[in-house]
Amino acid sequence: MSNTGLFAILIGGLLVNNFVLSQFLGICPFLGVSKKLNSAVGMSLAVIFVMLMATAATWPIQTYILEPNDLTYLQTIVFILIIAALVQLVEIALKRFVPPLYNSLGIYLPLITTNCAVLGVTILNIDSGYGFVESLVNALGAGGGFLLAMVMFAGVRERLEGADIPAGLKGLPITLVSASLVSLSFIGFQGLFGL
Amino acid sequence: MNSILLAILLLAALGLVAGLILAVASVVMAVPRDEKAEALRDVLPGANCGACGYSGCDGYAKAMANEGAPVGLCSPGGEAVAEATAKILGVESRGVDTRTALVRCGGCEGVTSRKLEYQGLDSCRAANQLYGGDWLCQYGCLGHGDCKKACEYGAIAIENGLARIDPGLCRGCGQCVKACPKDLIALVPGHVQGVVRCSSHDKGAVVRKICSKGCIGCMKCTKACEYDAIHVENFLAAIDGEKCVGCGACAKACPTGCISVFALEAQEDGSPAAAE
Repeated sequence: MSNTGLFAILIGGLLVNNFVLSQFLGICPFLGVSKKLNSAVGMSLAVIFVMLMATAATWPIQTYILEPNDLTYLQTIVFILIIAALVQLVEIALKRFVPPLYNSLGIYLPLITTNCAVLGVTILNIDSGYGFVESLVNALGAGGGFLLAMVMFAGVRERLEGADIPAGLKGLPITLVSASLVSLSFIGFQGLFGL
Repeated sequence: MNSILLAILLLAALGLVAGLILAVASVVMAVPRDEKAEALRDVLPGANCGACGYSGCDGYAKAMANEGAPVGLCSPGGEAVAEATAKILGVESRGVDTRTALVRCGGCEGVTSRKLEYQGLDSCRAANQLYGGDWLCQYGCLGHGDCKKACEYGAIAIENGLARIDPGLCRGCGQCVKACPKDLIALVPGHVQGVVRCSSHDKGAVVRKICSKGCIGCMKCTKACEYDAIHVENFLAAIDGEKCVGCGACAKACPTGCISVFALEAQEDGSPAAAE
């Protein structure tokens, strides 16, 4: 695959097929952790990290274990198992070897274990027929897109704090309304690069 | 039949491998627990107020255990916490500087009045941005309770549009000091005995017009004080806590009654209490 192809995959993950705003995956952390910019960035970095790790682990398993044995119907459960174990392992390793990173990502890592965006990116990689490198690039793009959506929405929510909102819409309702508006703006990217 | 068997075996094998890796990893890469820091953390109040100068109780506990941070920085915890931490670390407790927060304003409803009817966000910080608040005095307490929201100990109440701190409940953590947009709250050492309840630097005539309890800078208190502890600077009296003995002569001399004198005594449990 050429470099332009990889670039198209990256931009596709970032903007056109943004996981949160176009594919509606990972909505739970998107609504839950986007109250403050700091925690939104921390969560997103953890998501990027886990997406890359999960892709690197699940792609070989799919290609070299599940497909030759005609067991692709086990994909979902195997991937969940792998991702959960992987996140635990990464958490233990980070705690031991990179305490500063553990302190900044620590509380978010377990939250991501069964995040649908992470499972989504691994399964979509397989469904799109991507090779190993393409899968990693797609994971990076998807994670970057998650970061972009989180940071943008954290900004929106910080503005919402000071806004005069009708009592019935306070809290989650206005958050959902504004999330849909942000999502609407991403429709503008449809068709970019022919994706 | 075979393929189902294979699927079961594969899943079981994957689960076993993942489980084994995790089990081994958790033993091999176990982080030695810092028992001293954990013991210290248990003793600290857990309000994470930051009065000690560290990021929170966890940060302070770690700093004490590993970086030689001194005991007794936790003013919310008072003597009891200082002694408990000193015991864990095996050092002598030198006591703790108890501090207490005081509002330097007496302008409640009836004493002063409002120049506009504020209908915005119920927050001092927001009100302050609109012509310096709704009260006539640009220095005074806004009474929207930013300090009350910041207080972890429920020591602050808003009465008639003025924040009042209960010295018996105040632990001197300083969160309210940071929250006040008018910088009205002072953290004073526990032994300070008098406070001028006004922060207005306006000239006496202006203060008289807008507030019946403001400091007008008449200097009667300065003359009344036998200990040279109270001085007027920039039309506002201020008490020097080091020199004040709490005789109350200035409070009697003050024509507007904006000085209160406390007798701050350390109670048995170490928390400062005040009696007028």
